[in-house]
Amino acid sequence: MHADAPAAPAADLSTEAANVYVRPTVWQRLARHWAVRIGGAAMLLLTLVALAAPVLGTVDPTLFDPGSRDLLPGATGEITTLEGESVKHTFLMGSDSFGRDIHSRVLYGTRVSLIVGIACALLAVLLGVVAGLSAGYLRWLDMPLMRVMDGVMAIPGILIAIALVALWKASLLTVIVAIAIPEIPRVTRLVRSLVLSIREEPYVEAAVSLGTPTLKIMFGHILPNTVAPLIVQGTYICASAILTEAILSFLGVGLPTDMPTWGNIMAEGRVQFQQFPHNVFFPGIFLAVTVLAVNILGDGLRDVLDPKMAKRA
Amino acid sequence: MLSFLVKRILATVPVLLIVAVLVFLLLRLTPGDPATIIAGDAASPENVAKIRENLGLSKPLLVQFGIWFGNLMAGDLGESYFFKMKVSTLIGQRIEPTLALSFCTIVIAVLVAVPLGVIAAWKQGGWLDRALMGFSVMGFSVPVFVLGYLLIWLVSLKLALLPVQGYQRIADGFGPFIRHLILPSITLSVIYIALIARVTRAAVQDVLSEDYIRTARAKGLPEVRVLVGHALANAAVPILTVIGIGIALLIGGVVVTESVYGIPGLGRLTVDAVLARDFPTIQGVILFFSFVYVLINLLVDLSYLVFDPRIRY
Amino acid sequence: MGAVLEIRNLAIALPRGGDRAQAVAGVDLTVERGEIVCLVGESGSGKSVIAHAVMGLSPKELKAVAGEILLEGEDILRASPERLRELRCVRMSMIFQEPMTALNPVMRCGDQIDEVLAMHTALGAAERRERVRRVIEEVHLPDPERMMASYPHQLSGGQRQRIMIAMALIMNPVLLIADEPTTALDVTTQAQILKLIRELQQNHGTGVLFITHDFGVVAEIADRVAVLRLGTLVEMRAKADLLARPQHEYTRMLIGSVPGIEPKRQGGGETAPLVLKAAGLSKVYRSGGFLSARRAVHAAEDVSFEIRRGQTLGIVGESGSGKSTVARCIARLIDPSAGSVSLGSDEIATVSARALRPLRRRVQIVFQDPYRSLNPRRTVGEAIIEGPLNYGMGRAQALARARSLMETVRLDPDALDRYPHQFSGGQRQRICIARALALEPELLIADEAVSALDVSVQAQVLRLFDEIRERMNLAMLFITHDLRVAAQVCDHVAVMSRGRVVEYGATREVFGAPRHEYTRALFAAAPGRGYTFGSPS
Repeated sequence: MHADAPAAPAADLSTEAANVYVRPTVWQRLARHWAVRIGGAAMLLLTLVALAAPVLGTVDPTLFDPGSRDLLPGATGEITTLEGESVKHTFLMGSDSFGRDIHSRVLYGTRVSLIVGIACALLAVLLGVVAGLSAGYLRWLDMPLMRVMDGVMAIPGILIAIALVALWKASLLTVIVAIAIPEIPRVTRLVRSLVLSIREEPYVEAAVSLGTPTLKIMFGHILPNTVAPLIVQGTYICASAILTEAILSFLGVGLPTDMPTWGNIMAEGRVQFQQFPHNVFFPGIFLAVTVLAVNILGDGLRDVLDPKMAKRA
Repeated sequence: MLSFLVKRILATVPVLLIVAVLVFLLLRLTPGDPATIIAGDAASPENVAKIRENLGLSKPLLVQFGIWFGNLMAGDLGESYFFKMKVSTLIGQRIEPTLALSFCTIVIAVLVAVPLGVIAAWKQGGWLDRALMGFSVMGFSVPVFVLGYLLIWLVSLKLALLPVQGYQRIADGFGPFIRHLILPSITLSVIYIALIARVTRAAVQDVLSEDYIRTARAKGLPEVRVLVGHALANAAVPILTVIGIGIALLIGGVVVTESVYGIPGLGRLTVDAVLARDFPTIQGVILFFSFVYVLINLLVDLSYLVFDPRIRY
Repeated sequence: MGAVLEIRNLAIALPRGGDRAQAVAGVDLTVERGEIVCLVGESGSGKSVIAHAVMGLSPKELKAVAGEILLEGEDILRASPERLRELRCVRMSMIFQEPMTALNPVMRCGDQIDEVLAMHTALGAAERRERVRRVIEEVHLPDPERMMASYPHQLSGGQRQRIMIAMALIMNPVLLIADEPTTALDVTTQAQILKLIRELQQNHGTGVLFITHDFGVVAEIADRVAVLRLGTLVEMRAKADLLARPQHEYTRMLIGSVPGIEPKRQGGGETAPLVLKAAGLSKVYRSGGFLSARRAVHAAEDVSFEIRRGQTLGIVGESGSGKSTVARCIARLIDPSAGSVSLGSDEIATVSARALRPLRRRVQIVFQDPYRSLNPRRTVGEAIIEGPLNYGMGRAQALARARSLMETVRLDPDALDRYPHQFSGGQRQRICIARALALEPELLIADEAVSALDVSVQAQVLRLFDEIRERMNLAMLFITHDLRVAAQVCDHVAVMSRGRVVEYGATREVFGAPRHEYTRALFAAAPGRGYTFGSPS
């Protein structure tokens, strides 16, 4: 009988060594991950550039001067201010065929790209979470909603964005909405599948038998466990939105051409690309580096926050 | 098996239907008079009236959809007021370059990406793995048009190895046809390679941690047999899936690549139609691309039958 | 008789950050021709590490740092990769725990066996096919041609394990390593596979290194037994000797923890008030429709039983018998298709969600997997007070109750603000029990609640369940696949098979004289029933 077995309470903890170790917090792990550091630092730098654009040797990006057309990088010429004065200006990245300063336009273009990227990510994640939670929790809505999402996903995203911008009057707001819409189904699917799988977890079933109301389970148990994958997904959306905006502008179907966006600068420069490749390359490099930084940041966040997805790629 | 086939084929019908509805609604839910939008900016009032008559715009939305959908079923995508011809004829004229470009791209991408992904998974953490992951992030980040111009500048302008831009029909000789396709295909394939290689790597990595791989090794099989015979065979389904899903990316890329290289295909047509605000053509091209995308993914799904004996609904 | 396997002073390093420096240290072990040596240990003891090292299949992080592994005198640790490949399946073979995942799902079973022959022999296709057919017959699989053409998913778990065994033995190796080969199988299938391994091993004179955590299996199959604890061998002797007279304190503790198969509880208390009465309970899952034929799966059919205060009812059955479905119906995690469940005077099977809420607190459940039963983002304290807070208790009062419950389940009350990952499996299961008790339920359901635990921990948790039932005068519904566990805690048992209760009665009666054919088969298959565990002399 059990009387002879090793005494219970004392043995409890000796046979089962309390495996207490101090796991680094999420913040510590983030701060240690190389991709998060590099991507984060690059993003910080770009944000600083965007904010400090006026003091980084720039002029108003809409200024032009017919006398300073098609200057090579580093050349000095004149530019006409809004007051009509001609001032001397060094065109660090050359000028375009209107005589506008590429350097100024590229730095101010950072603002547009970051705003578009972040706004699209927030909008798509927000709407996707609402739709995904509804689909995951309201049975009657699941079928129709997900079929519509399937339909949206069947149309290549960039075509939706192009068509929407072409139909609406192109502005910052319409471009952001047009780029965000095709991203919504992916977020919806992610949230829905997370909700469905977390709902099956024993700890959620335990909460059900503890009498926890449905809404409290949704917001207390399920939603917090979707945050990490959503942050990762949002970062990727941000990167692809920046790219898409540049593509739209480049094709001439995006933001108004006088707005300093990287895509617009390249669209303007492509005509004379053979003689003056710098008009395309400078904004191209900024664009590539920005998207790269956001993607690297996304990979790092994914490795740290969502290791299961990291395995899935 | 037969029921899987039938089920899967029937399941695409609602998706196609929803796509059609979405494309239809795109124009109707836009503020403003669709007839005016369709007729273009320089249309005469009679023209607008005629279009209004044709579309049945005074009738209820559902009836309008009925008319439009009936035409669609009869293969009538409407009339382009800009190109002055049937949209279906227009698509027929422009399809060859797009097909050629897409086909070359897919072949290059699969041939390069799958072996790279398998090797990277096998030598996980090795230099090739790191290089591939690095390349893959870059591939996602460098915009297609920046890469395109970079290649033109380097290969065509500096080294003068290949033609700068343009397209030669295959009927006019295979040599020039291929020479004109090399750069665009490489440009377009980069992002696709990045995508496929990444998923292949992840899928093979997943499979390599499975018990049956340990069994295969315990049998004394050489690593090549383990990798190809057991690992790749089991990773086929996710790889095929991503090739299918990647078609959406490819279509977006086609639009840009054709603009960069001046190829008169469907992508170029899309941009021209948007710039000319030629809505019947926009609608037609979007529908066409989406249907192709859905059908290719249907084929991919059906191919699972060959690769995974477990699928038997 | 020469030793086929001789392990001398083996030490294998653990990567940095492990719970000890070496996975195994100073292990000496021999397997003679024609004998079965059982390597027994709890999880983390390093038994699988040794098995993989012998096959040369260790992951890179686990490097042998000392000693040698001699297969018929040849040192495996120093063999080249090519030489290892030549030896595998020819001189030494291995079978694994999970027959479900150990076979390639997209390759026909016949081809998977054939691959071994193609690799290691120069036989032509026709001869190989004949050899494959013969070995499939040898492992007693019916219809060899059909088996060869089948994919793994078309076979049952037992059949797959037979395919694995056929594959392992087709080249007639001198050494077979069996790594928990029956752990994932039902008890009746387990008995058949054990018998098969014994038979083949005797026919071929194979030496077998059999890895297991289950002393029942040891009692069934071992010639000699080696006991491993945290990477060191504590004792190695002939089976009968070791089971009867364990020398080392740890071995004694392990054997003492194995629940005995003799029913322990007297039953009685038939006059106590009725807590739960299930009558005609059924659960049907319907699928299909539209294109495929409609299918109805009867997960539970016409199940009736009752539990009185202070009593424990065990539901015993193999996987797929419907025992967990019943538990989940009683807890109303799923809605029963038919029948009634009355809790005292209240009906819970059919009431609306709103009316159910006040009733929920009276039935609580503890699940099998301690790692998924607690929300990883919430402290243990928050988990325990969730229930009381739901029913309107103040936070301070709920926390006070949580502290006292932590003491009840023998955990440190100051650990309430820790997160689940800081606890071991057994400790988490205690936390889950505390969480369930926080609502002071009338009925506590334990759904395979001790199945995932090591035997020594299992014994402790079982004791805890017993104590709690007595102290709080609870009714308990105990779901288990393990007859020994049922014998320890249950006053009554209901034996389930294919959704139906085939036998129901006092534990003593059912265990003493099983009436139903299925129950008898189940008892006959229970490994090590000839030995009395749980009461070391």
